[in-house]
Amino acid sequence: MHEFLDNLAVYREAIRQTLFIVSISVVAGGALGLVLGLVLYATRAGNLFANRAAFLIVNVLVNVVRPIPFVIFLTAIQPLMLHTIGTTIGTNAVTFALSLSAAFAISRIVEQNLLTVEPGVVEAARAAGARPISILLTVLIPEALGPLILGYTFIFVAVVDMSAQAGLFGGGGLGDFAITYGSQRYNWPIVYISVATIVVLVQAGQFLGSWLARRALRR
Amino acid sequence: MSVPAEPADARAEIHVRLERVGKTFPGRGRRAAPVVVLDDVSLEVRRGEVFGVIGSSGAGKSTLLRLINGLETPTSGRVYLGERELGALNERGRREARGDTGMIFQQFNLFRSRTVAGNVAYPLKVAGVGQPERDRRVARLLAFVGLLDRAHDHPERLSGGQKQRVGIARALATEPSLLLVDEATSALDPETTGEVLALLGQVNRELGVTIVIVSHELDVIRSLADRVAVLDVGRVVETGTVYDVFTRPRTTAAARLIGTDLRERPSPATLARLRSGPGGGRLVTVRVREGDGEGERAEERGGARPGLAHVFLAHQVAAEVVFGGIRELQGRPAGSLTFELSGADAAVDAALAALRADGVDVVEEPAGNA
Repeated sequence: MHEFLDNLAVYREAIRQTLFIVSISVVAGGALGLVLGLVLYATRAGNLFANRAAFLIVNVLVNVVRPIPFVIFLTAIQPLMLHTIGTTIGTNAVTFALSLSAAFAISRIVEQNLLTVEPGVVEAARAAGARPISILLTVLIPEALGPLILGYTFIFVAVVDMSAQAGLFGGGGLGDFAITYGSQRYNWPIVYISVATIVVLVQAGQFLGSWLARRALRR
Repeated sequence: MSVPAEPADARAEIHVRLERVGKTFPGRGRRAAPVVVLDDVSLEVRRGEVFGVIGSSGAGKSTLLRLINGLETPTSGRVYLGERELGALNERGRREARGDTGMIFQQFNLFRSRTVAGNVAYPLKVAGVGQPERDRRVARLLAFVGLLDRAHDHPERLSGGQKQRVGIARALATEPSLLLVDEATSALDPETTGEVLALLGQVNRELGVTIVIVSHELDVIRSLADRVAVLDVGRVVETGTVYDVFTRPRTTAAARLIGTDLRERPSPATLARLRSGPGGGRLVTVRVREGDGEGERAEERGGARPGLAHVFLAHQVAAEVVFGGIRELQGRPAGSLTFELSGADAAVDAALAALRADGVDVVEEPAGNA
């Protein structure tokens, strides 16, 4: 246990890194995923901005990117990272890759939840003279808000999961702490403290998400 | 073919005009044939009237409404709102036109994420009406539909009839001159249907809103509409006042839709029962309709009503009412009566000939083996 206390500063830093990676990825990836999901929904045949070509391109892109395991995805986009953020290792690099990965995952969740909104509601908004873009933002998203929050909560947990691999690329975080200070030194208390910290983090996120979704659904 | 079945009254202002409108949807799937939903439809709706469109499901009724508020564009022909042709407007112009056209739906289509007041306020927000004015109008509309006390509830807490009243308030929010009603009562029970229809009647009379209502329910059209168009597989087969079309459909399609409604003839079983009675006379069914029998011979009677009793009496035929009924349609009597006529065959024939000569619709029920 004293090894843990000796490394308390490292532990704190690991928590800070994990929180940084996860929060930026959920917010940035969430925003990009929302846009992608809206494009998928809106360009679908018969919808507000029906456009076969645009739907096909985005749809194929999402289908190709989404199933790539995160570790491989992070490796594969290294040329892109060099171009955009100038590095392929470290916390920022991992956050960048994780944001992109989360965006593709969330895009499907957004699309699916928007598709469950009754088309009649869109019809009513159109009949009231609303512009398509305003219908997307002020009708469709509010109508699907409860399920959307649950979807984002789901992605938050997945992002925490993926963030544990950050250590492989020098990104730090709790996963890295558990491996380098814990299992590699046969220091099990550090492993379990890391695990417990992640469990608490996930539980807190899940609790907040469920609470917000309940409020949105008025249940 | 394209000439409207009934030339519009020159004095009445035309609010909605469809001119040889066709609408074809591409078939689903690569090899599917295109689907013709509306074919060469022409009709005129006068300002301030309730215009009904009746047809069985799949006849193109909903598409017709969506063409009027520009949510669909016709494949051929033109749609006019007053003097404006919708096809000549760009998307923005059509959106603005929708501010003057409200629409209510069979499934209500309320926003679940908004309160009752929020639903009614939505079209006002879209139209850019400021908050204080919006609140005032929402309160007035909710009072009009009798739901002021439910303003802060969400729609899921309302009954079907209440939901539709919110739908009506929302459709009226921007004070449109035209209201499109798409099967608005088909999801409601009979009692609630009556309430919603009464409210729509009030909207028409008190607010002077022109209403186009499509329905497959005869009751809805009969109780609300002034004039009606009969839509049969994408074509308007008949247009006229509800009284004329319901009491004397001129086409087989219209007769098929409406025929069973007001021209009730006894079923074969009832006929057999009637024949087994003590009378033993011939059974004829006479349509009762204001204006019938006011033909050439009406002069002789000094313009009096045909007077069935008078004709039977003059031919020494005894007539007994055995079936049928007369009710009110647009404030005028309409229905049918089945008589059992007793007398010499020649006298009965002469009486029937006299009625037919007066323009009365008479059908002799076929003699069964009963």
